[in-house]
Amino acid sequence: MAAQAEQVPSIMKQGRATPWAYLLPALIVMATFIVYPGLNTFYLSFRNTGNTGWAGDNCIAGEPCWGAFENYRYALTSPVMQTAFGNNLKWILLMVSGTVLLGLLIAALADRVRYESPAKAIIFLPLAISFVGAGVIWKFVYAFGSGQVQIGLLNGLLTALGGQPVSWLTEPRINTVALIVVGVWMWTGFCMTILAAALKNVPTEIIEAARVDGANEWQVFWGIMMPQILPTVAVVVTTMVINVLKIFDIVYVMTGGNYGTEVIANRMYIEMYTSFKTGRAAAIAVVLIAVIIPAMIYNIRRFRAQEAAR
Amino acid sequence: MSAQRLKRWLGGLPTHIVLIGLCGLWLLPTLGLLVTSFRPFQDVAETGWWTALSPPKGAAEYAEFCAACHGSDGKKIAAADLTRQELVQSYRRSFTLIAALEKEINGRPHLGDTPVPDEFQAAAVAAYLRRISGIEARPRFTLDNYTDAMTGYRGTTNYAADCAAGTQSLDLFCDWRDLGNPRGMGRAFLNSLLVAIPSTLLPILFAAFAAYAFSWMHFPGRQFMFALLVGLQIVPLQMTLIPISRLYAQLGLNGTFFGIWLFHTGFGLPYAIFLMRNFLGSLPQELFESAYLDGASHWTAFWRLALPLSAPAIASLGIFQFLWIWNDLLVALVFLGGEHPVLTYQIGNMVTSLGSGWHLLTAAAFISMALPLIVFLALQRYFVRGLLAGSVKG
Repeated sequence: MAAQAEQVPSIMKQGRATPWAYLLPALIVMATFIVYPGLNTFYLSFRNTGNTGWAGDNCIAGEPCWGAFENYRYALTSPVMQTAFGNNLKWILLMVSGTVLLGLLIAALADRVRYESPAKAIIFLPLAISFVGAGVIWKFVYAFGSGQVQIGLLNGLLTALGGQPVSWLTEPRINTVALIVVGVWMWTGFCMTILAAALKNVPTEIIEAARVDGANEWQVFWGIMMPQILPTVAVVVTTMVINVLKIFDIVYVMTGGNYGTEVIANRMYIEMYTSFKTGRAAAIAVVLIAVIIPAMIYNIRRFRAQEAAR
Repeated sequence: MSAQRLKRWLGGLPTHIVLIGLCGLWLLPTLGLLVTSFRPFQDVAETGWWTALSPPKGAAEYAEFCAACHGSDGKKIAAADLTRQELVQSYRRSFTLIAALEKEINGRPHLGDTPVPDEFQAAAVAAYLRRISGIEARPRFTLDNYTDAMTGYRGTTNYAADCAAGTQSLDLFCDWRDLGNPRGMGRAFLNSLLVAIPSTLLPILFAAFAAYAFSWMHFPGRQFMFALLVGLQIVPLQMTLIPISRLYAQLGLNGTFFGIWLFHTGFGLPYAIFLMRNFLGSLPQELFESAYLDGASHWTAFWRLALPLSAPAIASLGIFQFLWIWNDLLVALVFLGGEHPVLTYQIGNMVTSLGSGWHLLTAAAFISMALPLIVFLALQRYFVRGLLAGSVKG
């Protein structure tokens, strides 16, 4: 792509100012809404609440203080942020593995049946709706009635089988997992689509040859197809890690971060708009981007390598 | 069927079972939402949605205790017609019903040898009687929840009933004006459109101009600037919210549509330019050369050539941007809030304030999902293409 872009036909040369006329609207908007706020957030993360002095100004002698990095002390060591980190880690481990494995399974299975496109559309559908809509759908699945009747599907099933109903969203040991299930339900379609496209690109001759040589389907999948799509799997995994780190809406709608389900992005929102602690919120945002950047760089490199190879 | 075909069919069976099972699992939660949104609110609170097609509450108890003498429709004994409202009215509650059943008729127990029902059974029978007598008659499925959600009705029955009785709350007019009720989904739907359409068109237009310059114009630092721009995709949304809302507070742009259009435009641009540049750059060079030889300016080439040819890319981009904005909660929460509530904001509010108003919540959620589902089903092809073209969006 880079090589081709060099060859703008010389006949199409234009006045000096013309390109800028085409570029300026976009550049101005991006500078205002991405570059400036990005840098400003970084600056604010070292300032106190209300931006009237440095973050360390409010420190009290004798108590732990990181000076100008005081907001980062909160963002990195406060108990509620520790919970958030722990939960984000849980989210990454369970949701990324869940979406990628299920996506791979469905992509591989759908490839063999005649109803491939409707099946894929069904799995994909949740991605078109909002996290808020999904939150309502699943809050209803998890609904917990304290009395005789259970109108939530899961508790209805449990009581029909003779079990005790469970309050899925407030029980600290299971509620984060219950939220992650919602995430998996939403994002498996994304992984499936990209992985299915990769599977379709595996040359059929190789697969046929392996089958002729007596390989069974299992061996064909793991021995022939998996190595071919491994780069795509890597991209999907990193993309999902980035998405999961930024997860906000599901938690906000379903539990509000209560009952020990806090995540980083929700905490940032609460610090900013409920507690009005700008400096802390900015520090959390910086921590968030610091965690995301490595995955993002890896992804863009991979993507460009793929583009170049195409 | 030959043995070999049978063997192949059996071999494929596990695939079908797993795949269809997963699809069923995926659809089930949404099906529950859809069914619930069409059920009368009393039923929603009383029974699970999966019983929507089974006999109403109390039918089994009625069959057990009453049907033998009173008949399956309650009319067999003319003197004690169980569909008469005046009669049922006095046995509305379980304790009055139990008291009546414990009385003797002509010196013999009311129920003969059958033991008198306990209070749960009696309550179920009473509920069933109220239903067949018409005191609390209600259809199996209704559109009331949708009317209630659209108009922002928050009473104890439903919008139509309150309006008919003239007992509606003070902020309702009982005509088309209620669609503009700030608590309702009708108003929110309009607001979502007002946010999403300009926020989709603006970045595409800006991105098309910029992508054209990156593809077919000469200027110093072109490669470098494009790389920088791709890099901007890294910046997560959360990073930009705080300074912009402070800036907007100074400019008075918080809570305005203009403010949120600009924000979505700025944030959507890096990805949009990236996608459009890749598409425009892959168009055949001869096309632009010959247009230029024929005397076309860049302006003409852009409008007559580049834009029409990139229709597929614009479609993918447009769908993505539109759905992303339609489904967004965070940006709407921060920049619009309750000033101009959009669908996601309204539902988020209902979840916290209504708690168990499931009939309203499910209808509201489905109203917000309807448009994305239509867009997705109609334009699936472009959706998938866009997804494959740029899976690095930040």
